[in-house]
Amino acid sequence: MILVFCELKDGQIRKPSAEALSEGRRLADVVGKPLGALFAGASCAGSAEAAKYGADVILTAESPTLTSYSSDAYATVLADAVKAKGVTVLLAAATAIGKDVAPRAAARLGAGYASDVTALSMVDGKLQAIRPVYAGKAFATTSFASSVQVATTRPNVFPAVEKAGAGATEALTAPAGDFKSVVKEILAKASGKVDLSEANVIVSGGRGMKDGANFKILEDLADAIGGVVGASRAAVDAGWGLPHSMQVGQTGKVVSPTLYIACGISGAIQHIAGMSGSKFIVAINKDPEAPIFKLANYGIVGDLFEVVPELTKAAKALGIGSN
Amino acid sequence: MKILVALKQVPDTETKIKVAADGRSLDPADVKWITSPYDEYALEEAIRIKEGRGAEVVALSVGGDSAKDVLKNALALGADTAVLLKGDGQGDAFAVAQMIAAYAKDKGFDLILCGNKGLGGDNAALGPMLAELLGVAQANVIVKLELGDGTFKAEREIESGSEIVEGALPAVITAQKGLNEPRYASLKGIMAAKKKTIEELDAAPAVAGSLISALALPPERPAGRKLEGDSATQAMALIQALKDEAKVF
Ligand SMILES: Cc1cc2nc3c(=O)[nH]c(=O)nc-3n(C[C@H](O)[C@H](O)[C@H](O)COP(=O)(O)OP(=O)(O)OC[C@H]3O[C@@H](n4cnc5c(N)ncnc54)[C@H](O)[C@@H]3O)c2cc1C
Ligand SMILES: Cc1cc2nc3c(=O)[nH]c(=O)nc-3n(C[C@H](O)[C@H](O)[C@H](O)COP(=O)(O)OP(=O)(O)OC[C@H]3O[C@@H](n4cnc5c(N)ncnc54)[C@H](O)[C@@H]3O)c2cc1C
Repeated sequence: MILVFCELKDGQIRKPSAEALSEGRRLADVVGKPLGALFAGASCAGSAEAAKYGADVILTAESPTLTSYSSDAYATVLADAVKAKGVTVLLAAATAIGKDVAPRAAARLGAGYASDVTALSMVDGKLQAIRPVYAGKAFATTSFASSVQVATTRPNVFPAVEKAGAGATEALTAPAGDFKSVVKEILAKASGKVDLSEANVIVSGGRGMKDGANFKILEDLADAIGGVVGASRAAVDAGWGLPHSMQVGQTGKVVSPTLYIACGISGAIQHIAGMSGSKFIVAINKDPEAPIFKLANYGIVGDLFEVVPELTKAAKALGIGSN
Repeated sequence: MKILVALKQVPDTETKIKVAADGRSLDPADVKWITSPYDEYALEEAIRIKEGRGAEVVALSVGGDSAKDVLKNALALGADTAVLLKGDGQGDAFAVAQMIAAYAKDKGFDLILCGNKGLGGDNAALGPMLAELLGVAQANVIVKLELGDGTFKAEREIESGSEIVEGALPAVITAQKGLNEPRYASLKGIMAAKKKTIEELDAAPAVAGSLISALALPPERPAGRKLEGDSATQAMALIQALKDEAKVF
C-alpha cells in the first residue's frame, strides 16, 4: 500500500495534503497498489473527503490524546500504520507538521527520507524523488536503499486531482498518552491570510520599497489579484517592522506560486533560492541590469512606486480577482 | 547541564555549483566551505545557556579534516570541547543521524541543538531522526527557547504563525533564524581556542536510507519579455499577458 498522511483544517483536507494524496494515487496506479489516507486527531471528521482524491482506504487514529499535535505521538501513528498495513511508500505534505513528523517516523522505520520533493516516480517498484538542492542551483535525484520509502511533497507543486476511490474506512488504535512533547498553544499571526508557502499569487517587496509603510501599495495589488505579500531579507532586516514569516529565500520561506511579482528586489541567489520554483515570475525594477530579470517571464523596467499602483488599477479595470 | 551542538560544514551560498564527473556529486574544486548558518543560531543558544545558568557545551561535526574549521570556530565562540566524527558528513541524513546518536547515546546530554536544516541539502531531517534514535523529545524550527527543571518550552514557526511546544529534557531542538543574534568570535576566544584540541573519533558504521543517484543543473528558464511604454501602458500590457498568455487569472 501507498499511504499518505493527511491534515484536516476546519473539517476539510488541507490543500497540500490533497496534492500529496493525488500524487499518491498516481504512483499507486503505476505500481498497481492500493492507496491509503491516514488521519490523526481528536476528531477526524472530514476524512471521508479523501475518497475524492482516490483513497481506497481511509485510516483514522481518533483519540482525545491526539487533541494537540505531538511529534512522537504522531510519529507513532504513522509508523504503526506503515507496519500494520505493509506500506512501502509513505508520503506527507511538506507542511510544518509533515516536515516535523515524517523524518521521525522514517527513523523509527529505518527508512530513507526525501524532504520537500518536487517530483516523484516509481523505478523498479521503489520510490525515486527529485528535489532542489543548493538554493535551487541543482536538482538531486534521491533513490532509496530502504524497503520503506518516505517523502514529503512541496506544497503547490503537485496538482490536486479529483479521482474517486473506494474510501473504505478503518479506525486505528491511537497512542495512549504520556508523550515526550506536546503543542500547548497556537499563536496565530495577525493577518489570517494563507501562508506564503501555499499561496497561488505572491507580491514581494525588497529594499527598493524604501520603507515598511510603502508595503501598502503591495497589499493593494495583492488584494486586487488575490495574492499575499512577501519580502526579501533586505526588507525584513531593514527594521521596517516586517516579520520574518514574510521572508522569501534560502533563510526564509520556499514558495512555488503560480505567479510571483518581485518589486524592488535585485534577485540575489539567496532570494532566488526561495522563489525560482514559481511558475511565472514578474520583475519590476528600475535597474535594467538587475539579475532578477534573467529569471523573469515578464519584466518591467521602471519605478515601482509608479508601476505598482498602475497594476492595481489595470487589474481592477480588467475585472481580475472579482470572479 | 550538558549540551551537544551539531554543526555541519556546507558550501557557501555564493558557490557556483558544478556537477562532478560521476554525475551525482558536487565538484568540490572551487567550493568555499562555511558553517551552516542555522547551526550558528544553535551554537549561540548553547553559549547563552552556558552564560546564563551554566552548562558544558560540546561542539560536534561529522565530516573530514576540513570540518575542523567549523569546530575551531565553535571553540573560539565559546564551546568547551569539540569532537570530529570522521565519516561522510555530506551523505544521507539518516546515516549521519545514526553516527551522532551512537556518539551521544550514553554521554548524558540534556539538550542537543541542531540547525533546523543544513544549508544546501535542506532536508530538515537530521534533528527529528536523531531525536527518534535517542528516544527523546524534539522541537523543530524554534525561534524562542526556555528551559525549566528537566523541561523545555519552545516557540516554533508554523504556517499560520507560531506554536508553543512543551516537553521533557533531554530533547533535540532545531534552531531557526530569529532564535538569537549570533556573536562574532573575540580575539581572546580565538587565542583560547588555539590551546584546545579537537577530539577525533571514527564515526560509527551507519546504514544509509537514501542516496543521491544523480545531480543535475536546473533547466534554463526561457528568455523573458520586457514590457515597453509608460507605466500605465506597461501595467495594462502585463495584466493582459498574465490573463491571456500565462492564464494566471
Ligand atoms: C546566508 C545568507 C542567507 C540569505 N538569505 C536570504 C533570504 O532568505 N532571502 C533574501 O531575500 N535574501 C537573503 N539573503 C540576502 C541576499 O544576499 C540579498 O542581500 C537580499 O536578497 C537583497 O534584497 P533586495 O533584493 O531586496 O535588496 P537589493 O539587493 O538592495 O535590491 C534592491 C533593488 O531594488 C531596486 N530598486 C530600488 N528602488 C526602486 C524603485 N523605486 N523602483 C524599482 N526598483 C527599485 C534596485 O534597483 C535593486 O535592484 C541572504 C544572504 C546570506 C549571506
Ligand atoms: C550537492 C549535493 C550533493 C549531495 N550528494 C550526496 C551523495 O552523493 N550521497 C548522499 O547520500 N547524499 C548526498 N547529498 C545529500 C546531503 O548531503 C544530505 O542531505 C545531507 O548530508 C544531510 O544534510 P542536510 O544538511 O540536508 O541535513 P539536515 O537534516 O537539513 O540538517 C539539519 C542539522 O543537522 C545537523 N547536521 C547535519 N549534518 C551534520 C554533520 N555532518 N555534522 C554535524 N551536524 C550535522 C546540523 O545541525 C544541521 O543544521 C548531497 C546533497 C547536496 C546538496
